[in-house]
Amino acid sequence: MREPENIIVVKDLVKKFGDFVANDHLTFEVRKGEIFGFLGANGAGKTTAIKILCGLWYPTSGKMSVAGYDIYTQREKVKRNIGYMSQKFSLYDDLTVFENIRFYGGIYGLKKKAINERAWSLMKRLDLEDARDKLIRDIPLGWKQKLAFSVALLHNPKVVFLDEPTGGVDPITRRQFWNMIYESARSGITVFVTTHYMDEAEYCDRVSIMVDGRIAALDTPENLKQQFHSATMNDVFIQLVRSK
Amino acid sequence: MRTILYIIQKEFLQVFRNRAMLPIIFILPIVQLIILVNAATFEMKHIRLSVVDLDLSSTSRGLISKFEGSPFYQIKQFSFSYHEAENQMQHGKVDMILNIPRGFEKKLLIENCVKVQFIVNAINGASAGLCNAYATMILMDYNRQIIAENKTISAMVLPQNILTDYSYWYNPKLNYKTYMVPGILVLLVTIIGLLLSGMNIVREKEIGTIEQINVTPINKIQFIAGKLTPFWIIAIFELAFGLSLGKLIFNIPMEGNLWLIFISAAVYLFVILSFGLLISTVTNTQQQAMLVSFFFMVVFILMSGLFTSIESMPQWAQTLDKLNPLMYFIRIMRMVLLKGSGFNDISRHFWALVIYAAGILTLAVWRYRKVA
Repeated sequence: MREPENIIVVKDLVKKFGDFVANDHLTFEVRKGEIFGFLGANGAGKTTAIKILCGLWYPTSGKMSVAGYDIYTQREKVKRNIGYMSQKFSLYDDLTVFENIRFYGGIYGLKKKAINERAWSLMKRLDLEDARDKLIRDIPLGWKQKLAFSVALLHNPKVVFLDEPTGGVDPITRRQFWNMIYESARSGITVFVTTHYMDEAEYCDRVSIMVDGRIAALDTPENLKQQFHSATMNDVFIQLVRSK
Repeated sequence: MRTILYIIQKEFLQVFRNRAMLPIIFILPIVQLIILVNAATFEMKHIRLSVVDLDLSSTSRGLISKFEGSPFYQIKQFSFSYHEAENQMQHGKVDMILNIPRGFEKKLLIENCVKVQFIVNAINGASAGLCNAYATMILMDYNRQIIAENKTISAMVLPQNILTDYSYWYNPKLNYKTYMVPGILVLLVTIIGLLLSGMNIVREKEIGTIEQINVTPINKIQFIAGKLTPFWIIAIFELAFGLSLGKLIFNIPMEGNLWLIFISAAVYLFVILSFGLLISTVTNTQQQAMLVSFFFMVVFILMSGLFTSIESMPQWAQTLDKLNPLMYFIRIMRMVLLKGSGFNDISRHFWALVIYAAGILTLAVWRYRKVA
């Protein structure tokens, strides 16, 4: 069997803000089609890493490629192939559901027909058909987040980066959200997700746990639990943070 | 190109969905024109006068009635004590004191020459100058009248024969409003343009959508073009709307070619919108952007020649004013509308704006970063 292709390759990624080292020589690979969890406490450097991989921030040093494109020299090609959903809410509050979809589809260069088709199937899937002309500010947070995720996938990216996508939503919506993540992973999209909910770590194919800017552990949840003799990822995480 | 259209569409939707926006676009110009043009006048009317008449003669009463009859003066108080009048001025109740000394008429008849005293509140030097000028005019007028009436005096003193005849060019009726409207219109498009563009990108920074835009393959030229075009269209519309109002309400003259106005406005708006864009790239919140915009706006407006004459500013200020885009556009507006200047007459100001626009747009595009 062939080794699965690595869709994200990071080697010695360093990001400094003055004297503060946010990312300290990160090295890891993400395989095509997997759900890769990026775990860590607040301030551990998760968001920094994700912003660098999305091309929003410059790294201080290191080699990186995303979807086979170099992050320094092929920035625009990287951007064509990634989707991104940030912790901050990323849809326009004062536009309707459909207007948001049309806008993001439009700036990714989709044709009008494609935009309309995808908008319909997307709204159907999310049960938002009746909310087509509702302003984003008038729909519940859970829906917004599901919609934001779908919009991030509108242009069929190869990798989607989710930065704490489930912050502030109820457990049922979180569950539904993770179902959507599974679905897209099944269709071949690689999902790179940061979270600090340890129960969500169990849903990932592999997780890396960051402590103070470094990767303290990286493996499947099962292996990690075995290695640390813990029943849950929560215990694994607490052991890792305490041991430093 | 299609990408730009999607951004323009989105910006228009957002602008017009904002409830505060429509009043700003349509009511603001009406209010500004009506209030500012009527309020910001250089003419002085109803100067409050306190009269201290210690002579109580027919001559002194004649002089006072001249002041009473003038539209510029309004007699607030008669008194027999200079101190009382001074007190009134101290309390800000009168602007000027007319002091007629005892023996005024007698001295005039005997010596053919007499003095009266004007005391003017000169906290505002410009208006004090005007008070004085009006008073001198009234006095001279009264002088001639006395000379004409009183043959004994006229025999000895020749009436003033040299009369100056003025003819006022470009604004023959000295209509102050005619002069103000073009300037106020510049103010209007500047405020709209600078605020709309200055607040816009910073707002996307605040709500976080800018990141979502920055992870897309859209390039910054497309983004900036898409952002500025809607505001450019709105501001041009605003100018057209304002000019029509000026014509309807104040019947301002439009001597020159209107195309010249709109072409200059098109260039001028590039300067203002790029300036707003530059502000929003160096600030992080709408409040910061607002403060910085206001700072520049106040300096630009006060030095624009809208209210005060640029020629009377000190040399260093005039040199500094070369960096003031408002100054150029106000001149162009006044020259074209009032004088009927053609392109050759305004070309210096026009090219200055073109260079300014190119420079500041480059600076703004360069400063705007997709990657931090």
